[in-house]
Amino acid sequence: MSRRARALMLLAPLLLFLGLAYIVPFLGVIRWSVTLPQPGLGQYRAALTDPLVQSVFLRTLRVCVAVTAASVLAGYVIALLWVRGGPVQKLLVELCILIPFWISVLTRAFGWLALLSNRGIINDWLQWAGILHEPLAMVRNEFGVIVGMTHFLIPFAVFPLASSMRNLDERVLMAARGMGASRARIFWRVLVPMTLPGILGAALVVFVFALGFFVTPAILGGGRSVMAAELIYLRIFQSPDWGLGAAISVIMMVAVGGMLALLLRQARPGGGR
Amino acid sequence: MTTKSRSAEIGAQGIGKSFGRFRALDGISLTIGQGEFLTLLGPSGSGKTTFLMVLAGFEAPTDGRLTLDGQDVTAMPAEERAFGMVFQGYALFPHMTVEENIAFPLRVQRRSAADIRRRVDEIVEMMGLADHGKKRPSGLSGGQQQRVALARALVYEPPVLLLDEPFSALDKNLRGQMQDEVRRLHRETGTTFVFVTHDQSEALALSNRVAIFDHGKLQQLASPKTVYERPTNRFVAEFLGEINILPLSNVRRNGSAILGDFEGQALHADAGGTLSETLAIRPEYMALHLARPAEGNAIAAQLRDLTYLGAETQLALVTAGGVGINLSLPTAALPQGVATGQEVWAAWPEERAFFL
Repeated sequence: MSRRARALMLLAPLLLFLGLAYIVPFLGVIRWSVTLPQPGLGQYRAALTDPLVQSVFLRTLRVCVAVTAASVLAGYVIALLWVRGGPVQKLLVELCILIPFWISVLTRAFGWLALLSNRGIINDWLQWAGILHEPLAMVRNEFGVIVGMTHFLIPFAVFPLASSMRNLDERVLMAARGMGASRARIFWRVLVPMTLPGILGAALVVFVFALGFFVTPAILGGGRSVMAAELIYLRIFQSPDWGLGAAISVIMMVAVGGMLALLLRQARPGGGR
Repeated sequence: MTTKSRSAEIGAQGIGKSFGRFRALDGISLTIGQGEFLTLLGPSGSGKTTFLMVLAGFEAPTDGRLTLDGQDVTAMPAEERAFGMVFQGYALFPHMTVEENIAFPLRVQRRSAADIRRRVDEIVEMMGLADHGKKRPSGLSGGQQQRVALARALVYEPPVLLLDEPFSALDKNLRGQMQDEVRRLHRETGTTFVFVTHDQSEALALSNRVAIFDHGKLQQLASPKTVYERPTNRFVAEFLGEINILPLSNVRRNGSAILGDFEGQALHADAGGTLSETLAIRPEYMALHLARPAEGNAIAAQLRDLTYLGAETQLALVTAGGVGINLSLPTAALPQGVATGQEVWAAWPEERAFFL
C-alpha cells in the first residue's frame, strides 16, 4: 500500500465524521436557502437588501473590527511581556491568560454582566464615589459586546504573536541597540515589521472567531445589539423563516471560508515573510 | 572610506562577570590601543564573547572599570556607546533592503537625507554591493550578507568596531577572502578593531595582538609571533598548535648555558624565560635524521607512523621512555628511504626550545 493510501486510511474516520456531521448538514442548509419558502435566489436578494439584515451585518463587521483591533493591541503587549519579560512577568501572563481560558464562555459573559450592568460593581462604585449620578450604560449595547468578546479572544491573539516574537533573532534587536537606536525606534522600525506576519495571523484568527460569536453578544448585547449569529438563531428558532436564516448562514460561511483561505496562505512557510 | 575615522583607546581594569555562581570573567585588565586590531581568542566558554559583550555594553560587568579614551564608561548603556558591531549570523534586518540596512545607523543619528544617500552609496560601492542595494538579505549569499553587516557597522564611523566570530558560518575560501577584506578595512578606516574567534590561525593572521582567554581569565596578551613562539603557559602553547613536551630532570645552569636531562642525555635550552621541568618545541622546528647530527639537541626515537599530506608529511615518533613526539616536515626535506619502525633522531636548534 502506498504512503498516500495509508495516510488517507488513517484520516478516513475524521473525514467520515466531518462529512456526516458537518458537510452533509451544511449541504442541507444550502438547499433550504434556495428552496424555502419557494425555489430561487429570493432569500439571498432579501438578505442583501433587507435594511434590518444589512444593519446586523454592518454591526457585526463594526464589532468584529473593533474586537480584532483591541485584541491584537492588548495581545501584542501581553505577548511581549510573556516572551521578553522577567520570570515574574512570565508567570503572571501565563496565569492571566490560561485561567480565564479554562472558564466557560457563559460564565465569563455573566461575570462581565455582574461587573458592567447598571447595578453592577463598576456603576455602584462610581456612584458611591460621587463620580456619576446616573448609571453608565455599559451592557445591552455594542460596548459590552466588544468588552466581552475581546476578553475572550485575547489569548487567540497572544499565541500567534508570541510565537512570531520567539522566532525572532535576539541579535537583530541587539544590533539595533548597538547602533544607538532608541527603544521607540527599535519597537516601530524593527520589532513591529519583523512580527508583522504574526500580527496579520492573529488579526485573522480573532476576526474569523469573532464573526461567529453567539453567546457573548446574546448575553452582553441583551437582545439590542444583535449580531449575525444571533440573527440566524432568531430566524430559525423564533420566526419560521428558515430560508432567510439559511441564506445568511451561507453568506457568513463564504466570508469565513474566504478569510480562512487567506489565513492558510499567510501561515504557509514563506507566505508571510 | 577616504576619511580616517576617529578611533578610540579602550581600557579594562579588573573586569569580572558572574552569572549566579559561575564566574564567566575574572580580573581582566588590558588596554586596547587607538587603531589597534586585537583578537580575543579562546575555546568556547572561555569568556571571550562575554568580554566582547561587556565592551559593547550589552552585559554589565560585575566588577571592574571600563574606560574609553580615559573616560569611565562602565555604566554607559550600549546605545550610547554605539560601537560598530558585527554579530555571528550577521543580525541583518530581514525586512529592509541592503541600502536600508546600511542607512539604519545614519537614520538613528538623524543625518540629512543627502548625507545618508552619499555615505550609503560610497560604502555600497566600496564593499562591492552595488548590484544588490535593493535586495533583501535573504536574497544574498553568506559572503554578501557579511559585507552588508560590515558596511552597516562601519558606515557611521564608530570609534570601535567589535566583531563576534563573524566568519564562523563561511566556507574556507570565502573566509580567507573576508579576512583580507577585514584587514583592508582596518587599514583604511584606522578604527580600533576587536575581533572574537576560536580559530587560532585566523587570530594570528589578522591581529596586531592576540588576547588568549581560558576559564574566564586572560592567559596571555602579546603579538601573534610572541604568543606562538613564547607562550607563557601550557594552555596557550597547546591551544595555538601542535607542541612537543619533553619532561626534564636536574635542570641547571652551566655558565651561560641551561641544561636538563632527558632519558639519560643532557639537552640545551634557550636562556630566556623561567626555568621549569618542561621543555617545549613546535613540531615544525624539528628535523629528522637517520644518524645522530653533529650539533644541536637531538633525541633518539622510533618512527611509529608517517602521514603524507602532500606538501607536508607528519611523523609520529616514540622515545625509548615512551614520550610521543610529532614532527611536521616539508615532504621535500624527508630523508630518503625512511620507513616506519626505523630508529631515527629528532633534532632542533637550541633557541627553538623553551621552558613551559
